[in-house]
Amino acid sequence: MKETILVKDKDIVVPGETVAQGMSFLPGRGLYRKDEKIIAQKLGMINVEGKVIKLIPLSGKYIPRVNDNVVAQVIDVLMTGWRVDINSAYSAMLTMKDATSEFIPRGADLTQYFSVGDFIVCKIVNVTSQKLVDVSMKGPGLRKLTGGRIIKVNSHKVPRVIGKEGSMVTLIKQNTGCNITIGQNGLVWIKGEPEGEIKAVQAIRLVEELAHTSGLTDRISEFFNKQGKTKKAVKGGEK
Amino acid sequence: MAYTKRFDSRKFDELRPISAKVGVIPNADGSAMFKIGKTTAYAAVYGPRDLHPKFLQNPSTGILRISYNMMPFSGHGERVRPGASRRSREIAMVTQNALLPVLDLTPYPNSVVDIFIELPQTDAGTRCAGISAAAMALADAGLEMKDLVSAVAVGRVGGTLLADLNYEEEAYKEGSTDIPVAILPNSGKVTLLQMDGFIKQEELKKVLELAKKKCEEIYEVQKKALKEKFKVQK
Repeated sequence: MKETILVKDKDIVVPGETVAQGMSFLPGRGLYRKDEKIIAQKLGMINVEGKVIKLIPLSGKYIPRVNDNVVAQVIDVLMTGWRVDINSAYSAMLTMKDATSEFIPRGADLTQYFSVGDFIVCKIVNVTSQKLVDVSMKGPGLRKLTGGRIIKVNSHKVPRVIGKEGSMVTLIKQNTGCNITIGQNGLVWIKGEPEGEIKAVQAIRLVEELAHTSGLTDRISEFFNKQGKTKKAVKGGEK
Repeated sequence: MAYTKRFDSRKFDELRPISAKVGVIPNADGSAMFKIGKTTAYAAVYGPRDLHPKFLQNPSTGILRISYNMMPFSGHGERVRPGASRRSREIAMVTQNALLPVLDLTPYPNSVVDIFIELPQTDAGTRCAGISAAAMALADAGLEMKDLVSAVAVGRVGGTLLADLNYEEEAYKEGSTDIPVAILPNSGKVTLLQMDGFIKQEELKKVLELAKKKCEEIYEVQKKALKEKFKVQK
């Protein structure tokens, strides 16, 4: 049988679509082999690297992975710790031991550390086969979040919101003067001046919408330039 | 009397006009609209998410839960009583059976994937429209699927074999057989096959061939709608 690849790099494929034919290609994540064919298993974008074909998913819920930094919300206070929502199908457990370096005496009221509704930045330290998730707050940058606002983006688009070596998030920070923390689970915490926060939210929504296109950073700087201009124009009009 | 000309003057093997759109419900994890003639189905997928009540949880795999609902004003004059009925529960069950073979929910133990199929406007072929919409919505939700699922009704009206019956044909006085079929378009496997009426063996074989061909047409529409969502707009 002829060995051919039936799609181009960056093509969108649907589940069940044949991506390549022949044994010399290797199916990566999101693809499977059936006889000679390589078939897509998800809706996503094709990435060809030599003989290895990968599928980058464009949608779907966050699946907890060890060593991910996530933004989480406390949903329950338990006897020995806290249960936190990590924007996935499974909630995570934060134990007293992992919550703080302070000594917590026996029988202490845990709500003085975190209470229901609080947002925290934490790291996933363990995920079992049954998807029981443990998180920890011990590490650089892991803390309780106060003030600001939280928005949700699709977890598969988080890498684009962060950008190459953080270029995108730096761009948004510089143009809005906001403090931004992005969790791998798709929760984004933004804190700054109200106008800046709104601008940052708009920019992140734009990144999310255009996540699968190229030249994204340029588009976003264009967005900020345009915004700057209209703002000046409005100010001029007031005078 | 033989049925020689269709009420809506289609060809015997012609589908009603189809349109499909993906991502119609922003709050859902995946959603799709599938419209065939005067039948419109919306499907919204939520999950995988926490499953309650707890006794339904399965520690070895996630489960699929379907809700099929015809809206009160959707039918032919008579108001459809809102809420679950014997009929809607059966259709939800066959829809689940039609979709489960392509899904792998083992990476999501103890969780649930909910699909809500709503029909604001119906003119026969609702379970097929619902399945076609649900398959697109599942793909949009980013779940692992072996294949999509395409569904269409075929049948025999007044002795004539035809595809995609509408309500008038389904209620044809001189005998009508309605056969909803769901097919995995890439492997050709059948995941739904029901029949209401009588048909001869050879006729059934012939009409199933027709269903397979028509499902391929529906598959193309589904594929196009899914890709449409990610088109680069300048």
